[in-house]
Amino acid sequence: MDVLLLSRLQFAAATFFHFIFVPLTLGLSLLLAIMETKYVRTGDETYRQMARFWGKIFLVNFAVGVVTGITLEFQFGTNWARYSKYVGDVFGSLLAIEASVAFFLESTFIAVWAFGWKRLSPKAHAVSIWLVALASNISAYWILTANAWMQNPVGYVIRGGRAELANFWDIISQSFAIHEIVHTLSAAYILSGFFVAAISGYYLLKKQHMDLFKRSFAIGISMALIFSLVEVVQGHINGSEVAKYQPTKLAAMESFWETRDHAPQYLFIIPDEKNERNKIELGKLPSMLSMLAYHNPAATVKGLKDFPKDERPPVTITFGAFRLMIGLGFLFPVIAFWGWIKRKTIEEHPRFLKILLYILPLPYLAIAAGWTVAEVGRQPWVVYGLVKTKDAVSIIDKTQVMISLAGLVLLYSVIGLIAAYLIVKFIKQGPESTTT
Amino acid sequence: MLNNIWFILWGVLWAVYFVLDGFDLGIGSLMPFVAKSEEEKRIAYYAMGPFWNGNEVWLITAGGVTFAAFPTAYAVLFSSFYAPLMIILFALIIRGVSLEFRERSNDPSWKKLWDIGTFVGSFVPALLFGVAFANIFQGIPIDENGVFKGSLLTLLNPYALLGGLLFLILFLYHGALWLAVKTGDEFQERSFKVAKLLWIPLAVVAVGFLIATWFKTNLYYNYLMKPLFYAVPAVIIPVAVLGGLFGSIFYLQKRKKWQAWGCSALTIAGVTMFGVIGLYPDLLPSSINPKYSLTVFNASSSPLTLKIMLGVVLVFIPVVIAYQFWTYRMFSHTVNKENLAYEESY
Ligand code: HDD
Ligand code: HEM
Ligand code: HEM
Repeated sequence: MDVLLLSRLQFAAATFFHFIFVPLTLGLSLLLAIMETKYVRTGDETYRQMARFWGKIFLVNFAVGVVTGITLEFQFGTNWARYSKYVGDVFGSLLAIEASVAFFLESTFIAVWAFGWKRLSPKAHAVSIWLVALASNISAYWILTANAWMQNPVGYVIRGGRAELANFWDIISQSFAIHEIVHTLSAAYILSGFFVAAISGYYLLKKQHMDLFKRSFAIGISMALIFSLVEVVQGHINGSEVAKYQPTKLAAMESFWETRDHAPQYLFIIPDEKNERNKIELGKLPSMLSMLAYHNPAATVKGLKDFPKDERPPVTITFGAFRLMIGLGFLFPVIAFWGWIKRKTIEEHPRFLKILLYILPLPYLAIAAGWTVAEVGRQPWVVYGLVKTKDAVSIIDKTQVMISLAGLVLLYSVIGLIAAYLIVKFIKQGPESTTT
Repeated sequence: MLNNIWFILWGVLWAVYFVLDGFDLGIGSLMPFVAKSEEEKRIAYYAMGPFWNGNEVWLITAGGVTFAAFPTAYAVLFSSFYAPLMIILFALIIRGVSLEFRERSNDPSWKKLWDIGTFVGSFVPALLFGVAFANIFQGIPIDENGVFKGSLLTLLNPYALLGGLLFLILFLYHGALWLAVKTGDEFQERSFKVAKLLWIPLAVVAVGFLIATWFKTNLYYNYLMKPLFYAVPAVIIPVAVLGGLFGSIFYLQKRKKWQAWGCSALTIAGVTMFGVIGLYPDLLPSSINPKYSLTVFNASSSPLTLKIMLGVVLVFIPVVIAYQFWTYRMFSHTVNKENLAYEESY
């Protein structure tokens, strides 16, 4: 293993782990803000109890999100020094803005919220969680804009041997970024909605705290339903964006080898990367791919063979991850819709509640799959069409990267297990019966 | 001009980070020695509980601003300091989860585990930040492409270790004074006493470091070579460092806790700025050949990026300072045995 491979593994491990916790922070902060606002509006103690119960889980999840974020901020310098030198003029400012605009707000007010249950008025307390929710969603905007710039670089000029900023507005308003943001935030809200609904179901199955958890269930399942519908429609547009800006990625997502017009879509494919073809293609839908990608049945879709071999991403991984996400993307609205319809009498459907609990890992899986499509599908480029990953890595001693990778995996595994233990423990403890 | 403004801002951000997170790191490192009972430990934890996360964001911002304003310095510095930086990051991760998880269970062995985590996670960064900055003051072996030609041992030279010791004692002292600010009764007494005990070693190490700096770095040479340019900082900085040092012991004797803490903050800011300004125009001197040094000019971003970032920083940092100041006031009460239950977040 060389520094390049080790650094890629380390980056992937660090980001994937960070992103296990991030989506719940994004969605649950919003749900907590809604619960506390309802408490302020109605004075109903149940909402306060609800916010305290979910808040405990939120804090554990948030803590791991924060500590794993710090590694990411510095990894561009430690492992991707040549990348940082080459594009730092454009990319660095987005990270710095994220910190000064969002992280300060988020980290300051999460403490005010956590330590302020008894010191703040209910209204001020609700405001502090709204600020946390706002800040974490703003942070998502900036970091995803940065990622979108790597996917589709705009607003720069090459000058003095590096990429320099030319038009800031183009970078923060490009459609590729907006779609990535809407798509990722919706994914986070789907996950959070299902999370709240499923854990509520656990108590409804046990027939405890029925009132509190029926209301939690309704809030959660509504969020899951709204955003899983948004996701299907918007995800399709996201696909057309990829077709427009990253044709290689599109071809890999579909395992599409030969350039042609009226490109068909197959329901079932097994790619054969070595021989540059598909082993099995079943369930042909004529012209469907041309239609989906370009909204025109006659459109020409470029196949992988038309791209130089050393500019193609790993096909099987990209394709498999994409299919997995799409499959789950169609499954979620169905489940959410059923639960939402029955939300008033949901305790009478124990089988559904049990299923909901078992499928809780699926939104996590969908998100991991989505990032795999986006990131693996962009290889061998780190900045699409501009910098290759192999030219981005630092020139450093290999041993230290090996040690840091091993240390990171070990440390993160331990922290992940402990966080999971705590979250399960708090779920089992249930809401406080009397408020203090 | 823009580059020079950014150079000052860069130094200031690091100085603010050390002033704020310095007391958390100090308390974490002092914890096993000053907090006797479980009750006192909890008091110490609550003395930093509402603040440490917001303080740590100054590090993220200082890092982010290094990336935005001086991308080449960010790249070369962080890849050269790969091993110590990774250790700092791991330590900060351990500290973060320790502070968050400790209160989540009442099992004594659980608490013990996170007490160790807090100690290691505070002590290690306090030391290594000093090592890193002393290395920056001194310069490191980087070639014309900014590739580091040394090893971990190169970075662990005696001067750098002295810098590490200085930062550690500074933070311990600063932390003890913060405990004096936030606690009452017996615990406050003990905190004052610990601070007093630390003062002499602090003064000795500080003077030792300033003397070693004469032999090991070009900082004084820079100050002497451009007397006009340096006249202003050359007056302000000794006043900050020495005034802070003597001021804090003066107020300490008089039990003026806020003033004493303010003075130690001044010392930390003074020491940081002394080194940073003395570097100018370098950001990271090369010990192989001064021509390879990264400077405020050859390592910076384009004027457009610097301008946009200046706008962002001038608008948002004052806002951040305003609401962080508000939280410090909001939680400025003393924590003691009576109101401990009232402090609990959960
Ligand atoms: C879509 C959202 C998203 C994405 C793609 C990322 N993050 Fe993140 N990050 C968040 C959303 C987020 C968050 C929800 O805002 C967190 C989680 C917990 C928290 O405090 O904020 C966070 C925390 C967080 C922190 C700690 C902030 C603090 O102490 O308050 C840092 C330094 C980073 N992130 C940096 C990064 C970097 C460098 C990333 C890219 C490589 C990255 N994050 C990907
Ligand atoms: C949090 C969600 C993210 C996940 C799960 C993720 C995942 C990945 C993975 C798996 C790789 C390695 C790809 C490969 O080597 O084949 C990678 C690479 C990379 N990603 Fe992301 N990514 C995420 C977000 C981001 C963001 C927001 C940025 C930019 C701010 C980013 C920047 C990079 C960089 C610089 C690399 C370089 C290394 C490489 O391409 O191999 N990633 N990411
Ligand atoms: C049928 C519905 C869906 C479609 C058509 C779809 C489409 C897409 C496409 C084309 C991409 C690649 C964008 C790129 O490479 O830049 C993507 C990425 C992604 N998807 Fe989906 N998706 C769907 C459902 C979901 C669901 C249900 C989730 C999670 C709950 C999800 C999470 C993600 C994430 C996190 C990314 C990476 C971020 C990004 O690039 O936007 N997607 N999706």
